[in-house]
Amino acid sequence: MSQHDPSVWSSTSFWRRSAAWVTGFSAILLIFLTFDTMSQIQMGSDEDLKTGKVRRVPAPTVINHAIEYKMSRKRGHEVPVIGEEQPFFGKIWSPEDARALLHKGKVTVQAKNCMDCHTLLGNGAYYAPDLTKAWLDPAWQKGGLMQTLTRTHSTEEAMAKFLMDPPKYATHTRRMPNLGITRDEAVAIVAFLKHMSAIDTNGFPRNFSKPHQGEVTYAK
Amino acid sequence: MLSKLLAHPAFESPTKRLAMKYFAVALVLFGAQLLFGLLAAIQFLWPDFLFNLLDFSINRMVHINAMVVWMLYAMIGSVYYLLPDETGHEAAGLKLGELVFWILTLAVAVVVLVYLFVQVGPGKDSTIWLITEGREYIEAPRWADIGIVAVVLVFYYNVLGAYLKAERKTGIMTVLVADLLALAGLYLAGMFYTDNISMDQYYWWWVIHLWVEATWEVFVGAIAAWALIKIVGAKRRIVEMWLWIEVLMLFGSGILGLGHHYFWIGTPEYWWEIGALFSSLEPVPLVAMFVHVLYDWGKEQGRTQALENRSAIRNAPAMAWVSINAFGNFLGAGIWGFFHTLPQVNIYTHGTQFTAAHGHLAFFGAYAAILIAMMYLAIQGAAGIRIMRMTALSKWSIALLVFGIMGMTVALTIMGYEQTLVERAELGGGWQAYFTAQNLPWYVQAQGWRLAMGVVTFIGFVLLFVDLLTIGNRQHEERQHEMEPAPAAA
Repeated sequence: MSQHDPSVWSSTSFWRRSAAWVTGFSAILLIFLTFDTMSQIQMGSDEDLKTGKVRRVPAPTVINHAIEYKMSRKRGHEVPVIGEEQPFFGKIWSPEDARALLHKGKVTVQAKNCMDCHTLLGNGAYYAPDLTKAWLDPAWQKGGLMQTLTRTHSTEEAMAKFLMDPPKYATHTRRMPNLGITRDEAVAIVAFLKHMSAIDTNGFPRNFSKPHQGEVTYAK
Repeated sequence: MLSKLLAHPAFESPTKRLAMKYFAVALVLFGAQLLFGLLAAIQFLWPDFLFNLLDFSINRMVHINAMVVWMLYAMIGSVYYLLPDETGHEAAGLKLGELVFWILTLAVAVVVLVYLFVQVGPGKDSTIWLITEGREYIEAPRWADIGIVAVVLVFYYNVLGAYLKAERKTGIMTVLVADLLALAGLYLAGMFYTDNISMDQYYWWWVIHLWVEATWEVFVGAIAAWALIKIVGAKRRIVEMWLWIEVLMLFGSGILGLGHHYFWIGTPEYWWEIGALFSSLEPVPLVAMFVHVLYDWGKEQGRTQALENRSAIRNAPAMAWVSINAFGNFLGAGIWGFFHTLPQVNIYTHGTQFTAAHGHLAFFGAYAAILIAMMYLAIQGAAGIRIMRMTALSKWSIALLVFGIMGMTVALTIMGYEQTLVERAELGGGWQAYFTAQNLPWYVQAQGWRLAMGVVTFIGFVLLFVDLLTIGNRQHEERQHEMEPAPAAA
C-alpha cells in the first residue's frame, strides 16, 4: 500500500514504525528510571539511622526516633528530620521486632481499607484527612486536641486508643467507624504511620499544619 | 426486550452472542456503580446515613470497583463483537470463552458479597488473600486476582487465535492484540505485597495509570476507529493511519506521563520534570482524536449527501456517544487533567476533590461514552437494523447523563478549589485544616449540588438502560412493518 503514498506523512507504515519506536523507547526509559528509583526508595537499614545516613524511606526502626518536618534551605521544601532516640510505646524496638510491627501495620491498613476514606501519600479517598504526616499533626501532640480527648500522654497512646474506638473520640459529625481494631493492630498501625511520616515526600504536604504566617523554621 | 434479541439475534456469530452477554453484565454493574456512588455522596452530607452498617469506605470501594469491572466487561464485549468482522473468524476457544464468562461473573458476585457483608478483616495476610487487598481500585482479594488473570488468558487466547488465522491482519486488530497484551500484563504489577508504602504505590500506579492513561486510551482509539467505519463508513486506510498516529502520541506521552504520580510518594525529585513534561503532552493526542472524529464525520457526511442525498450516519445514538467520547475524553482527561498536573500546582491539589472532579469527567468521557456507543452498535447488529435512529429515550438519556456528569464535575472542582486554598495553602493540610475546609459553605453547598447532579446522572442511566433494552426490538418491528405489507387479518 505504502508505495502508492504521495508522501511519507500519509503513509501508514511510516506511522506504524514510528509508533513502535516511540513506544519502545518510552518503555525502555521507564524501566531504566524504575531501576534508579527502586534503588533510591529501598528501605534503609538500622545502620543508616545510627550513622545518620539520610534515606528517602528509612528503616522500620525509625519508630525509635523523634521525627520532625522542617524546611530545607537546599531543597526549598520541607523534609523529614530524624532526631534522637525516643521510646515508642515505652520501649526501643529491635530491628526484627520493628520490621514485624511495620509489616503488621501495613497489612492492617490494607485489611481495614483505610485508603477508601483517607489518603496515604495523598492517594486514596477524600472523606477523611490525609495520613502522610499524621504522626506529626499538632492534634496528636502534647496539649493537642486528641491527647486531651483520649486522656493520654503520648502521641502513640492517643492514636492507639482512638483507633480502637474511634466513634467515642469523634471530633466532628463525620465519624470514623469502629473497625474492630485490636490493641496489637492499633500499635502496629501507629508504627506504620510514624514510619510513613519519616518518608521523604519532596515536601508534600507543604507547610504541614503551619497556618500561613510568613515565617519558616529552617533545618540545619 | 433485550432477552428476545439475545435469544434470536440477527447475526449467526456465536462470538457476537458471547459479546452480548458481556454487555448485559456491564450494564448491570454500571447501575451498581451509580447507586453506590449516590450512597457515598449522601454520606458526605449526612454522615450518619448507614453509619456502621455500610460505611463510606465500603460504598466508595464498590462504586469504583463496579466501574472498573463494568468497563472491563464492556471492553471484552466490544472486542468479541468486532472480532468476527475484523478477522473473518470466530473466537478460537468459544466453549472456554463461554465457561469463563460464567466463572468471572460468579467470582465478581462473590467478591461484591464479601465486600458488602464481610467488609474488613483482621490485620493478617489471610485478609489480603480472602477479603480485600485494601488498595484503591484494585481492592479485589488475591484469589480473585489470580482468577482474573486466568479469565483474561482465555480471552486473550480467543482473540489471538482469531487474529492469527485472519488472512488480512487489519491495523485495528494489530493495535488491539498488542494493546490487550500490555493491558493484561500490567495487571500483574498490582499483584504483590510489600511493607514499603512508596514501592507499593510505585507499582500500584503501573496498573492504574498505565491502564487509564495509556493502554485503555489506545484501546479507545482502536474501538473508535472501528466504530467510525461502521457508523459513517469512514475509510479504513485513513482511520488506521490516524490510529497509528494516536498510538504514537498516546504511548509517547502516557508512558512517561506516569511521572506525575511520582511527585510525592517518596520517589526522587527528577520525576517532577519528567512527569510535568510528558503529562502536559497527554492532552495532545486527545485533541487529535477529537479532530479525527469530526474530520471523518464531516468528510463522509459531505460525500454521502452529495452522492446519495442522505445522512452518512447509520447509527445515530452510537454516533452521538462517539462524539461525546471524543470531546469528553479531551475535556475530562485532557483539560481537567492538565489543571493539576504540574508539580507547582499539584503540591496543593494532590489528594483533594480536584482529583475526583477529573476522575468523574475523564472516566465518563474517555471510557463510559465509547462503551455505550459500542452497546448501541451491538444492539443494532443483534436486531438487524440497517439504520438506527435516536429515540426520545436516547436523547433524554444523553442530555441527563451529560448534564449530570458535568454538574458533578463542576461541583467537585469547586470543592477541590476551596480545599486547595483553605485546607492546603492557608492552613497547612493537617487534621484541623481538613475539617475546617470540609465545613465551609463553599464545600458543603458544592456537595449538595454534587448529590443533586448525581441523581440527574442516575435518572439518565435509567433512561439509557430502558432505551438499550427496547430500542432494538422497537426499530426492528418498525422496519418489518415498513417492508412487509400489513397482514390481512390479525
